[in-house]
This record gives sequence, C-alpha cells and structure tokens, in this order.
Amino acid sequence: MNAFSDSLSLALTLISDPQASLWTIVGLSLRVSATACALGAGIGLLLGGWLAVSRFPGHALLVGVLNTLLALPSVVVGLVVYLLLSRSGPLGRWGLLFTPTAMVIAQSMLVVPLIAALARQLVADALRDGGDELQAMGAGRLLAALLLLAHQRLAVATLLLTAFGRAVAEVGAVMVVGGNIDGLTRVMTTAIALETSKGDLPLALALGLVLLGVVALVNLAAGLLRRGLPGGAGWAGGLGV
Amino acid sequence: MGLNPSVTPLLPAPGLPSLPRRRLGAWALAGALVTALFAPTQLLAQDKSIVMASTTSTEQSGLFAHLLPAFKAASGIDVRVVALGTGQALDMGRRGDADLLFVHDQAAEEKFIAEGWGLKRLPVMYNDFLLIGPANDPAKTRGKDIVAALQKLAASPASFISRGDKSGTHAAELRYWKAAGIDLAAAKPAGEPAGVGRPAGYKECGCGMGPALNIASSSGAYVLADRGTWLSFKNRGDLQLLVEGDTRLFNQYGVIVVNPARHPHVKQALAQQFADWVSSAPGQTVIASYKIAGEQLFFPNAGK
Amino acid sequence: MTALISLQQASVHFGAQAALRDISLTLHRGERLALVGANGAGKTTLLRLLNGLQPPSQGSRVLHRVVDAVPDCAAPAGGAAAAARAVGRPAVSAMLFQRPFLLNFSVRRNLQLALWLAGVPAAERGARLAGALQRVGLQALAGRPARALSGGQQQRLALARAWAVRPDILFLDEPTASLDPSAKREVEALIDEFGHDGMTLVLSSHNLGQVKRLATQVLFLDAGRLRAQLPTADFFDLHRTDLPPEAAQFLQGELPWA
Repeated sequence: MNAFSDSLSLALTLISDPQASLWTIVGLSLRVSATACALGAGIGLLLGGWLAVSRFPGHALLVGVLNTLLALPSVVVGLVVYLLLSRSGPLGRWGLLFTPTAMVIAQSMLVVPLIAALARQLVADALRDGGDELQAMGAGRLLAALLLLAHQRLAVATLLLTAFGRAVAEVGAVMVVGGNIDGLTRVMTTAIALETSKGDLPLALALGLVLLGVVALVNLAAGLLRRGLPGGAGWAGGLGV
Repeated sequence: MGLNPSVTPLLPAPGLPSLPRRRLGAWALAGALVTALFAPTQLLAQDKSIVMASTTSTEQSGLFAHLLPAFKAASGIDVRVVALGTGQALDMGRRGDADLLFVHDQAAEEKFIAEGWGLKRLPVMYNDFLLIGPANDPAKTRGKDIVAALQKLAASPASFISRGDKSGTHAAELRYWKAAGIDLAAAKPAGEPAGVGRPAGYKECGCGMGPALNIASSSGAYVLADRGTWLSFKNRGDLQLLVEGDTRLFNQYGVIVVNPARHPHVKQALAQQFADWVSSAPGQTVIASYKIAGEQLFFPNAGK
Repeated sequence: MTALISLQQASVHFGAQAALRDISLTLHRGERLALVGANGAGKTTLLRLLNGLQPPSQGSRVLHRVVDAVPDCAAPAGGAAAAARAVGRPAVSAMLFQRPFLLNFSVRRNLQLALWLAGVPAAERGARLAGALQRVGLQALAGRPARALSGGQQQRLALARAWAVRPDILFLDEPTASLDPSAKREVEALIDEFGHDGMTLVLSSHNLGQVKRLATQVLFLDAGRLRAQLPTADFFDLHRTDLPPEAAQFLQGELPWA
C-alpha cells in the first residue's frame, strides 16, 4: 500500500501547491475533450436522430456499423487520424499534426459513434410515444427527432457527460496524433503514461487522482446546472435521469 | 366567438420561436466562452517553431527541459519534441512530419541520409549504456567488459529483459550480443552446452526503457539501459549498476535536418539554426552542464 | 357543402395484414363524424389515413382546397391576397390522441411550438396563444411544466394546441378514454363547443353515449370495411331494420338495454 499512500499525499501536494505546468496540462485536457464533445454532439446528435427517424435500404446495416464502432480502440482512431494528417497523407497540407486541433479531431471521431448510437436509442424510444403527434402537428422527420432530443434534454446531458468521460480518459489517440509534446500537446493521460514509463509510479498515480478529481468537479457542475434547467424540477428531476 | 379562418394563405414555417432576451444573453456568453477556448491555440500557431523527432530515452533523461529553453532564449525558436523509438523517429522524418531528427543509431542515420531523406549528419554528443542487474549478481557479470558479461549471462539461468522495440537501445543491445558470439535467433538445441544460442532467461517486452527497468526491478532480471534513464529511474528496488565504462558502451547522438528536396514544407532555415547551435560552443556547453544528482549524463563531441 | 377530404377505394395494408379495405367516403365541412366499431376494426387507421399520417396502400386520398369566406372588414378588392383567396388553400387539420404527447416544456412553450410548426406568422402567435389558453381555461397554468398537469388539463392543453392553429378539421382518437368522469365532461364540452363553432370533427370512440351527444353521422367499421354510414339518430334507432348484421350485433353488444 506504500505506493498508494505516497500517491495520495503527492496528489494533495500537487493540488495545494500546483506548478504552472500541472494546470496547463489539466486545462488542455479539459479544452481538448470539451471541444471534441461539442463537435461530437453536433454531428452525433444529428446523425443519431436522423437514423432514428429514417428508413432506407441498408438502414439496419448502418445501425449495426454504428454500434460496432462503439468498441473502436482509441489508438486505432489515433493511427487513422495520424495517417490522414501526416505530411505524406491526404490532409498533410493543413499542417495539423502534433497540434491540439489534431487531438480534438481524433477525440471527436471517438465520441461521435457513442453519441449517435445513444441518441438514436433515445429518439427511437420517444418516437413511440410522440412520433404521431409531432407528425400530425406538422413536424418533418428530422425536426421531430430534434424536438424529441430537446424533450429529453436531461438524458442528452447525461449522454454527453458519458462521452466527455470517454474522451478525457483516453490516451491512445491523443498520444499518437499529439505527440505528447511538452507544453503544447501534453494532456493528463499522456503525462500519466510518460511518468509510468519513466518508472515514477507514485507521480503517475497522483496525476491519475488529480484527473479523477477534475472530472468529478465537471460532473458536479453539470449536476448543478441540470437542476437549474426547466424540466429539471429540483432534486426529483436530477434523480429522475 | 366564431372560428375566423385566416385571410392570408399559410406561410412556410419561419424561424425559431423568439427566445426571451436573457436566454439569448446566456447563449451569447456560451458562444464567447467557446471562442475563448479556441483562441489561445490559434495564437500559438504564429510562433517560430520546429518539430523535432527524438527518442523516448533522450526525452526521459530530462535533457530537453534543460537544453531547449536555452536555445529558445538564444534564437526565439520553439522546438517541439515528439519522442518515439528511433525507428519511428526516422519514419517520421521520411514522412516529413518532422523538421529534424535527434537520435542515436549511427548506422540507421547514415542509411537515412544515403536514401536522401536527410541533409547531413552532425555528431553532437554521446552518453553511455550500462548493464543493470540484481544486487547479488548471480551471473557474476560485474566489471568493465560488456562482452564478457553477456557471455557469462548467457551461460546462467538468469533473466534478461530486452526492449525488443527496434529502438536505438535495442539495436545497441543486439550488437553486443553479436559481439559476444551469441546468436539470439538460434533456439538452444537440447543437450548443447549452455552459452550457445539464445539465453534461457531472455525476454522481449516490446516496450520503452522505463517499463523495461520496471520489469527488471520486479523480477530480479538483468537489463541494458542508458545512463540518463537509469539516473532518473525511481523504482530501482534491488537493481544495481553492474557494468560500465566499456568504450563499446558509448552511444553516439547525431542531429539531421530533413531534406527539403523531399519535403518542401520543412522549415530548413530554423532547423539548421538548431543543428548549428547544438553542435557549436554554446549548445555544447549547455549539454555538458546537464547533470542528474551531480553526475554529467551527456558528453559533447561535435566536430571531434 | 364544401368537401374537405375524399377517400376513393382506399386500402391500407401492413405487410400481409389488411387494416382497411376499399374505403370510400367524403368529409364535408361542418360534419361531425363518429367512427365506431370493435377493437381492431380499423378506426385508428382510418383516422390516420384521413389525416395524412398513413398513406393508402391502394386507392387514393384527396385533400381538397378550401376557399375562405370573404371577411367582413374592408380588404382591397383586387390584388394578390384576393387572388390567393380565390384559389384556396389545402384544408388544415389537427389531431387529438387518447394520451396527449406534450413536450417537456412549459404549457406556453408547447403552444408556441405548435404555432411555429403550423407556420403561423410570428406577429400573430402571441394573440393566438393567449386566445387558445383562454378558450380552454388554462391561462393560470401558462408557465407550468406541461407534464405536471393532470390528465384532464393535459387534454385541454391538447385542445388549446389544436384550436390555436385554427384547423378546418379536428381528428380525435378516443379523446376521453383515459380521463376521470369530471375531466371527461370538461373535455367533451369543449369538443362540443368547437363543433358548434364550425370546426369539422372526426371522432373515434368506444363511448356510444359520447357518440350520441357529439356526432351528426356515425360510421361503423368492421374488419377494415365501412359497413354503415348513417345520421346519428338513424344509427341508434332501435326499431331500424336495415342495419347491416354486424352493426346490429355491435350495438347489441355495446348497448345492454337493446
């Protein structure tokens, strides 16, 4: 248990007497993953909603592919994006490799299937209750899907927090496309990986505890926000999700 | 009250329902925050910067944290280090994803240049490898001769951890086994005397220097490590330094600017500035001044 | 009488199952039709077919253009507005379901959404919204979450939602089946008033008393076919002898005193 108690006290030291580099790393983790989730939400919610309301040959196949992509390993996504953005790759001209932008792109690709698959399920379930009425009121299919997502905004918020958790905790994608460059693309998870490979296990664990603490704060803030939303209806609404 | 049919024809659906003013304000604030999140990353792109591919062992030794700020102060150029294994670093150069390389595998570097991917190889510094092992040294390897040590190791049942990741360290390790006359590829034939063919305890982890040391530490095995990683390694357990000082253990570093003829976007001028600085007096002095626990790690030898 | 919707030998099939066969009928302005029949007879499918929610598998559905009456107030005699009026516009419909689906927003927001979906110009929405709330007596609850209302209040909100878009036709699928007796009375009274105000009604109901109170015509469906279409009084006339046998059996089953 020595390593664990060392890590705990080290984590507390890091938080109470933080060096600028720690907060840079934490800030970058949050920025990259939050941006990726925002992008992922924009694409994923639309895709999921559209899949829930559309019918065309091959629809079942597309849904199957989407559900399979839920298990996409993050390092595979990283490699794909790396090959796309490499100077020798098709998008090399943009010069995006080893920048936070590349990391955002990779993490977006990681969370879009998650958001789309869950959103599709949410809309499909709600469609059974309200699809007819929305159609009778004059809503087109895609609009009905978006209205149903707004109708279930608390569940959507939980969904997005899940996606954020996946993004902020992954290391494979951001390591490959970001390069773990000190001061530029180093995030919490790649810093932990670095300290682990250097053999500094207490520090690696301590950084892990800091990461968990930061994510806990994000969840807390989201929970407070949800209670303030109309339809959240105080504690009952919060628990109801 | 009667139903009064609308006089005007039905219009197509217009825009969103009008939101109360304060909601609009909240959305505007959210939009501003999102923009603010993006802004800093865009500004960074304007600085003078180059991407340098180097190795994990060099980065983990802490040299760059010491060296690069000095260079930035002298030139205003940001050097962005991507640390990989030597093989991957050279591949990065071939793909044009780096402006220059800083690695330590002379044979591979010269091949890189011969293939036309790089301009010129400038020697910069050397550090050295060490044989690390359990304090009680069951294979009796302690001394100054790496080749003799490896032969004794092969004759004993002790474990040896190889990085097995095509890194510069791994390449060096393979050279030493070869110099000791031991063919790792050959399986040990039954009944043959120990010492011919692959040692019984040889294990490949396919990992970096730190993880290899971790494995060695927790399983009482031998491992070949560079001095920099060893000095910074905090999880030593029972491990001790057993063999050092053999000139064959010296590990030469070179810096290569990627050939702009193959990759026109390479920032040749800036990269050349670094290559020149690090192989001349100011850079060499900074290298020599880097110490861990009072010990110098890297020995500058540019132009020698 | 102005025709609003016509069905010509329309059928609806779900796979091999035929839900409606060979339905021909025309809905005229001012009528108040009731659809009756056993469960599975096709009442809901016919409602959805009439409302355009379900396309016919065979046959056709025609939505007629409606020419509005010239308003009393002075309007320019010629011009684009008058020309458009002359051409007419497709009939507008609204629908009520047994359990109304209200979005997880306030009462007011639900109405705003309905107005927006119907394409009502922004300038008119405020007035229509207030009018609709007043019409059904829900002004006090305008800011409440719609899901927090009682069953009867929710159905009244659904009626307000329909009223706000000024439909020519109001379709109702078992609108009071899930309500307690007093809510039933309130909602039925409102529907009756809408009918008297000139809205055309098409009602599907198991409640034959309600049918007698609200409808001008009764359509009896059996196994997807339209077996009878009669004025209400004639349909419920106990001494009538020319009712199709299925209709007579249905009435005997549903009306214990027959």
